[in-house]
Amino acid sequence: MSKSGLFKSSIGRKLAMALSALFLMIFLLQHLFINLTAVFSEDAFNELSHFMGTNPLVQFVAQPILIFAVVFHFVMGMYLEMKNRAARPIAYKKVNGAANSTWMSRNMAISGLVILAFLVLHFIDFWVPEINHKYIAMAPEDPTRYYGELLHKFSNPARVVAYIVAFGLLALHLLHGFGSAFQSMGQNNKYIDGLKKFGVFYSIVVPLGFILIAIALYVTGLK
Amino acid sequence: MNLTLKIWRQKNANDKGSMVDYQISDVSPDMSFLEMLDVLNEDLITKDEEPVAFDHDCREGICGMCSLHINGEPHGPDKGITTCQLHMRSFKNGDTIYIEPFRAKAFPIIKDLIVDRSAFERIQQSGGYVSVNTSGNTQDANAIPVPKEDADMAFDAATCIGCGACVAACKNSSAMLFTSAKVSQFALLPQGKVEAKKRVQDMVAQMDAEGFGNCSNTGACEAECPKGISLENIARLNRELIKAKTAVKH
Ligand code: SF4
Ligand code: FES
Repeated sequence: MSKSGLFKSSIGRKLAMALSALFLMIFLLQHLFINLTAVFSEDAFNELSHFMGTNPLVQFVAQPILIFAVVFHFVMGMYLEMKNRAARPIAYKKVNGAANSTWMSRNMAISGLVILAFLVLHFIDFWVPEINHKYIAMAPEDPTRYYGELLHKFSNPARVVAYIVAFGLLALHLLHGFGSAFQSMGQNNKYIDGLKKFGVFYSIVVPLGFILIAIALYVTGLK
Repeated sequence: MNLTLKIWRQKNANDKGSMVDYQISDVSPDMSFLEMLDVLNEDLITKDEEPVAFDHDCREGICGMCSLHINGEPHGPDKGITTCQLHMRSFKNGDTIYIEPFRAKAFPIIKDLIVDRSAFERIQQSGGYVSVNTSGNTQDANAIPVPKEDADMAFDAATCIGCGACVAACKNSSAMLFTSAKVSQFALLPQGKVEAKKRVQDMVAQMDAEGFGNCSNTGACEAECPKGISLENIARLNRELIKAKTAVKH
């Protein structure tokens, strides 16, 4: 009777959340690396962006997988959040959540939704113009265009502020999510302490990197 | 000391229920929390009012019957204890104390502060046992060697008293800590290996069917568990289920 599929069970679903999260965390590193090149070398950034933007494997295999992972992580997260809310139809009058858990762990849906809102903005900002440029307007490719476009985007202080807020929440999301993903995969053994420490490092350094790059680009644009 | 109690009153499962305020005076700091409620109830009975219904049995922290969500935490503000082990010295004169039932869809209210935790029994019945041949040739359990470390971990898991504080504390009303303890106490022992795959699948299926929420690893259960059941057990439960579900069938 219980031989139904892994992903129909509550544990299977959290495993799916963990696996999609892991994929997104690896993607984030790659994205950070490319952004970082923009601070140090205009040419390197242009070259990498041109490669990512025109390589068919990246465009037609990696990109759809990425979009699927984001959508999946969001839809499954929201579905679980709704189920979890339904599991307590009458709320407590008084809850002292801070006594037993962190704010981050209790508010993954909130930090997640802010990150999603940012992603929508990010899509409108970069992805839609890119797709339009390449596949709709069929504009001729100029492999040196990327850096200038990037600087132009980050000349707007509102965008820089949105970055800071979104990546601040991403840090909070990761501070719970990183360790949580490994717990969900059943890893709570002698390596978990080291992993969790690395998780804290990752959760702070990676978002901070994105924030600092955004500020650096803004400052560069001022000159 | 004098206290204001805000207590959830609900006549029966169908009643809507509400918080009712009570004043109680001359509470000794040496009283246990349940004794304080006993005093309140005697007072209510002399006034010809309905006493507050709450669960209790052993009153020494071993049976898991007492429940109560006190000032926003299951079993009150102190850690590693049940409500019957909570004493009034943990409160101050003039305090207002919220007393609510454990809340979860899977723990429906019977009356006032008493909830029906038989969902736990059904999870247990679905696989929380080992089949033993009792034909008369029963083997001495001590004849099967068990590494000390495994025995200790299995014993720790077996100290779960099924109180439900883990569910009550969890923002998702998840029963993962309880189920993981009940799976772990056997998963670690050779006696439990034979039925391991079926056990974990059946128990998790029953847990899901009861309407408990999904674990999101907040750790609130571990922090509130009176018996210190660790999150390691949940990781083991996850592992056991993934193993069982992905195993090649012969
Ligand atoms: S795991 Fe802890 S909190 Fe949950 S039922 Fe067992 S003893 Fe109670
Ligand atoms: S009454 Fe038995 S544990 Fe509290």
